Amino acid sequence: MRRVLLLVLGLVVLTPAFPWAAVQPDEVLRNPVLEARARGLSQQLRCMVCQNESIDDSDAPLAHDLRVLVRERLQAGDSDAQVLDFLVARYGEFVLLKPRLSWRTAILWGLPPGLLLIGTILLVVAAARRRGRMQEPAPGLTAEEQARLQKILAQSSGS
Amino acid sequence: MTAELGHYALMLALGLALIQGTMPIVGTRTNDAVLMSMAAPTALGQFGFVAMAFAALAICYVTSDFSVLNVFENSNSQMPFIYRLTSIWGNHEGSMMLWVLILTFFGALVAVFGNNLPIVLKANALAVQAWIAAAFHLFILMTSNPFVRIPQAPFEGRDLNPILQDPGLAFHPPLLYLGYVGFSIAFSFAIAALLEGRIDAAWARWVRPWVLGAWMCLTVGIAGGSYWAYYTLGWGGFWFWDPVENASLMPWLAGTALLHSAVVMEKRGALKIWTILLAILTFSLSLIGTFLVRSGVLTSVHTFATDPMRGVFILAILVVFIGGALALYGWRAPMLKQGGLFAPISREGALVFNNLFLTTACASVFIGTLYPLALEALSGAKISVGPPFFNATFGPLFIPLMVVMPFGPLMGWKRGDLLGAAQRLLAAAILAALAMTAAFALEQGGPALAPFGVGVAIFVMAGAITDIAERTLFLRVPLRAVWRRAIGLPRSAWGTALAHFGLGVTLLGIVAATAWGSERIAEMKVGDNLDIAHYRVTFTGLFSRQGPNYHDVVGRFIVRRMNGDLIGVMEPSRRSFPTRNMTTTEAALMTRGVSQLYLSLGDPTQTGNVAMRLYFKPLVLLIWLGAAIMFTGGALSLSDRRLRVGAPQPAKTKAALRPAG
Repeated sequence: MRRVLLLVLGLVVLTPAFPWAAVQPDEVLRNPVLEARARGLSQQLRCMVCQNESIDDSDAPLAHDLRVLVRERLQAGDSDAQVLDFLVARYGEFVLLKPRLSWRTAILWGLPPGLLLIGTILLVVAAARRRGRMQEPAPGLTAEEQARLQKILAQSSGS
Repeated sequence: MTAELGHYALMLALGLALIQGTMPIVGTRTNDAVLMSMAAPTALGQFGFVAMAFAALAICYVTSDFSVLNVFENSNSQMPFIYRLTSIWGNHEGSMMLWVLILTFFGALVAVFGNNLPIVLKANALAVQAWIAAAFHLFILMTSNPFVRIPQAPFEGRDLNPILQDPGLAFHPPLLYLGYVGFSIAFSFAIAALLEGRIDAAWARWVRPWVLGAWMCLTVGIAGGSYWAYYTLGWGGFWFWDPVENASLMPWLAGTALLHSAVVMEKRGALKIWTILLAILTFSLSLIGTFLVRSGVLTSVHTFATDPMRGVFILAILVVFIGGALALYGWRAPMLKQGGLFAPISREGALVFNNLFLTTACASVFIGTLYPLALEALSGAKISVGPPFFNATFGPLFIPLMVVMPFGPLMGWKRGDLLGAAQRLLAAAILAALAMTAAFALEQGGPALAPFGVGVAIFVMAGAITDIAERTLFLRVPLRAVWRRAIGLPRSAWGTALAHFGLGVTLLGIVAATAWGSERIAEMKVGDNLDIAHYRVTFTGLFSRQGPNYHDVVGRFIVRRMNGDLIGVMEPSRRSFPTRNMTTTEAALMTRGVSQLYLSLGDPTQTGNVAMRLYFKPLVLLIWLGAAIMFTGGALSLSDRRLRVGAPQPAKTKAALRPAG
């Protein structure tokens, strides 16, 4: 943690402030294919000094540096995966906005499909049980209810 | 004096809440009608005192009484009147006051309009409502008192955070809270039913209008917040999967599920136990949302630990209410009688499908929002869960839901005809396929999934129209008869169709704006042109402008069609607030149909050039228009006679058919 903080402080001091949202005109790469890839990667990377912002959206100096770094790696011929690996090696898993599947994130990734599966199984079981009950004939009216029904019918036909 | 009166009124409200929370329950246990009937007047009294406290705070704000710490910290005498008023809820203490104001307001509404409720249910429900209120009164009085004075009153206040000085954000919190807190009624009724150990279809009929009202407010509240973020944050995003947004989305998803399961319960007496659970979960998620936003836990687990009083208090409220409610549920729910059988392929079955997918989607938002916090608290490991995660889990859950949605209303209760419904949706499906093909053909290098999204959106919209067409026998009987049937349709049927249609509209907006929007980032000097979509934007210069409590540096841009026709002027600005030494970006928006041009300004460089970002957002307004349509659908449904009368009352003409005795 302290190392990251020092690093961040260093970056703040070393780079001019850009008090305005995200990607600057001078950052944009000439090659539109590379630039599109850079934007795609930027959206998956977290600006570590911001609250829940990707480096694509953030105006923090650190985000600017990371954007430049991503573009440098891409220009050096890295694949998307290599760029992500490079950043994870430097900054840790924290930099990824979409955590990789590992034992640590198993619950995170497993819960939505797991819940859907369990829900479906429960519903199928419940439906099977209901089907059994639906086929039973409805219980007939008791003698008392029959008498009341007759009375009601007689009344309504009379009115 | 005003502040002290407010403080005192709040304490009295707490006292009344304690009475309201205990006496009626004792009454239901001892079968004492007098004790039970104490619930309504105490609820009204409690609302009265909270309203007094809130009014006192409002007076302090409007008169700029800076001897009150809360006013000093969040207001400024130079601010326009409206922001002096809305800055009441632009801070922690004030927003909690608004929270209890709305909570007790709903309690009072139940007290006034609940005359047709069974007396035991009403007494229990109002008592539960009072427990919640008491917990939050206590929270305010002990940790977040807005009436604290400063010994030496300063001459001027510190101003409201500039980013909050905006009409959009002024009315966003009240709407959101109306939604959050509105679900408390469903919660209280659910707990009351569990306490009483009795629940029937009529329960759903009493609760449904409250859920619907809360859902409507939450829908526009979320949409309003999204639109605010869109035009304020300066780069045209409309949803960020930020924890604060997720905190409002979770109750919305659970509330939407509740709305649908309550229909099944009302009409068919089925899903009772599940509906009760959903009612508990929905309000629990509202409480969790309040905790997330108000405890500071989001900024970092560490800030939470360094200023623990508030966070721990809300956490305790969460544990007591959610834990208590779920324990009561676990104990009592098995005693409730299940009823209403149905085949898997039926209206009920479709609504169960809706519930399964909505709750799973809600769970995926929940885990994504809280997992990083939990992991860090437990193991110290830091991970980030951001938009790519939510897009990967939420999207695949929502799309099947939307594909199945048009089938639901076309299915019969109890046992539906899937093939029949599919046949009736044929026209909608063909229309969707055509739209998909057209989108695919017109698309120039957008994401491959986008045309599919367009197809689903069109299918949902056409499906909603099919529903109405089927009900009015469109094309099968003469038009005049169709018209008569359309007028005769229950308003709730129109409401359903409209709300479903609105969701399709929103989806279309989201797909188009994300997939086919274009963006230009450039440094411009005076006279430069920039082309985007089929527009040409020319920079004509900078000028400055003085506002009431800020100073603007405005860029002037002329927008033309490609053939040179003038369309208009856009004036984005950089706005600086001297009191807080803060600068905000005020984007300029130009609406073209339902699409928008979006221009935001960077700082001018030394050479007099200006950095700017220009976006074209196709169909972007549909996102919020869809939410407005959903709201209208909800309102129509709410005005339906069946809900308005609240309880099943046989019509007078049928009185002759009623059995004597």
